[in-house]
Amino acid sequence: MYWRRTLIALATIAGKETHRYLRIWIQTLVPPAITMALYFVIFGNLIGPRIGPMEGYSYIDFIVPGIIMMAVITNAYTNVVSSFFGAKFQRHIEEIMVSPTPNAVILLGYVAGGVGRGLLIGLIVTIVSLLFTRLQIHSIPVTISVVFLTSVLFSLGGFINGVFARKFDDISIVPTFILTPLTYLGGVFYSVSMLPDFWRGVSLLNPILYMVDAFRYGILGTSDINIWLAYVLILGFIALLGGFSLWLLERGIGLRG
Amino acid sequence: MKALTLRNLSKTYKGGVTALRQVNLDVEQGDFFGLLGPNGAGKSTIIGIVSSLVTRSGGDVRVMGYDLDTQPWEAKGLLGLVPQEFNFNHFETVEQVVLNQAGYYGMPRRQARERLERFLRELSLWEKRRAVSRTLSGGMKRRLMIARALIHGPRLLILDEPTAGVDIEVRRSMWQFLRKINQDDGVTIILTTHYLEEAESLCRNIAIIDEGRIIENTDTQSLLDRLSAQAFILDTAAPMTAAPALEGFRVEQLSAKQLEVEVRKEQTLSALFAALQRVGIEVTSMKNKSNRLEELFIRLVEQNDGIDPGP
Ligand SMILES: Nc1ncnc2c1ncn2[C@@H]1O[C@H](COP(=O)(O)OP(=O)(O)OP(=O)(O)O)[C@@H](O)[C@H]1O
Ligand SMILES: [Mg+2]
Repeated sequence: MYWRRTLIALATIAGKETHRYLRIWIQTLVPPAITMALYFVIFGNLIGPRIGPMEGYSYIDFIVPGIIMMAVITNAYTNVVSSFFGAKFQRHIEEIMVSPTPNAVILLGYVAGGVGRGLLIGLIVTIVSLLFTRLQIHSIPVTISVVFLTSVLFSLGGFINGVFARKFDDISIVPTFILTPLTYLGGVFYSVSMLPDFWRGVSLLNPILYMVDAFRYGILGTSDINIWLAYVLILGFIALLGGFSLWLLERGIGLRG
Repeated sequence: MKALTLRNLSKTYKGGVTALRQVNLDVEQGDFFGLLGPNGAGKSTIIGIVSSLVTRSGGDVRVMGYDLDTQPWEAKGLLGLVPQEFNFNHFETVEQVVLNQAGYYGMPRRQARERLERFLRELSLWEKRRAVSRTLSGGMKRRLMIARALIHGPRLLILDEPTAGVDIEVRRSMWQFLRKINQDDGVTIILTTHYLEEAESLCRNIAIIDEGRIIENTDTQSLLDRLSAQAFILDTAAPMTAAPALEGFRVEQLSAKQLEVEVRKEQTLSALFAALQRVGIEVTSMKNKSNRLEELFIRLVEQNDGIDPGP
């Protein structure tokens, strides 16, 4: 009985979250498709041939995995942060807070929304990339598991951001000043092995690099780092951010006056 | 077992406003209970704490005997809330708002749809079920929140100023609906209001809260009697040894030459003076005694006048 009801509550929140980003698809699904198509045209088709091969692959083939990953990361994050902040702002988060829905279910429901949007965008960008190059997948399990876990991780990040956000500006600070730079510097457009030792060392402190690289391994079969390390890192961060999110919900931080 | 028990509830908000000071309150099952008080008295704070939207600084809450801290699943499941401010998703339709709420309580869709139809029809919202909630009128939004609060079958329904900004006709139909829920379904109802008429017409028992303290808690009739009675202080010409017996009036001796007399609504001052004359007491001066309850109601009524002239 308890489990059945809990599952219904989870399905309700996840369904509502999915419905939300689908309803506003012009704002949520179309922009990344266009932006990423531009990356493929400019870096892939126009400039790419002059850059020449990267780690043995044509430049466009090299950047496709990174660009897909970049779209997944930003969209998973943005979905949860805007939805959760919106629910606080319009106060309809109170609908859930008065109900017996356990905190873990609230968190899972929101994360499901972020993961859903992240993966859907990942799929869209992948399809767009097929207009520019032929994609072969080296390892389906690695590709799927890395993109899935990464979207879970960034959905959790967006959730935490949403808990602390007090005004609309607060939801774009992290994506603009942290996520985007770390993603660009995470080897989306170049191989870190090209960098001088010092900058290479610095790059290795960037967790996003491991995710991009592991995903690229899944698709191309080539990697600058040990992909098991990437899994450990991603799972570790998921445990950390997930635990922190639950603690925030338990304490009612940013929610209960 | 009570529908609601509050013990030593206290709340100090961040920033230092103390909204509640040791509030104790019991509401019987099946009661229709009014919580009255001027703006800022602490009504919404109490309701916020009971419905888990506000953290408390101290005290205990029990809903239908279940402790909110140790048995939150049961306590929350038995409670329905209609908050003071609109708090649904303005982009969802009426139907989505109510069905999602049922979902949060774990109610299967089919059952939720049946109940949805019943409540939307009874609250005259059925035609609007596909309307985006943002496009509803103020009165419809209030009724939407009532339907949403009832969808999971709560045993205790708390409404925070449910008829604020609602016209008289709709207000009366809401009263009728609430009476029916209370009588036919046996749902205990607690509501806050600024309209005395509303409390008088709906509530069997009333508590009055001011500055975070419950200052009155009684049945509606005795409250009204006490409100309509006036107390006078009389100075007498000659000293008295004991309070005189004045037929039909409650008399208290304050000092040798001073009396306090209560005059109820149906009594007249002429009758008071006739009674005084019969016992041979001469009055030299007389003043109206102000009472706290009355002052409070004057404040309540003034606020209410500011919002709506009433019927
Ligand atoms: N979130 C908050 N932060 C700080 N102070 C608050 C908060 N909410 C309420 N207060 C203060 O607590 C006191 C009680 O407010 P509350 O909303 O409980 O009153 P109320 O009786 O519901 O009034 P009204 O009739 O105007 O709705 C007021 O002084 C109010 O300013
Ligand atoms: Mg209030």
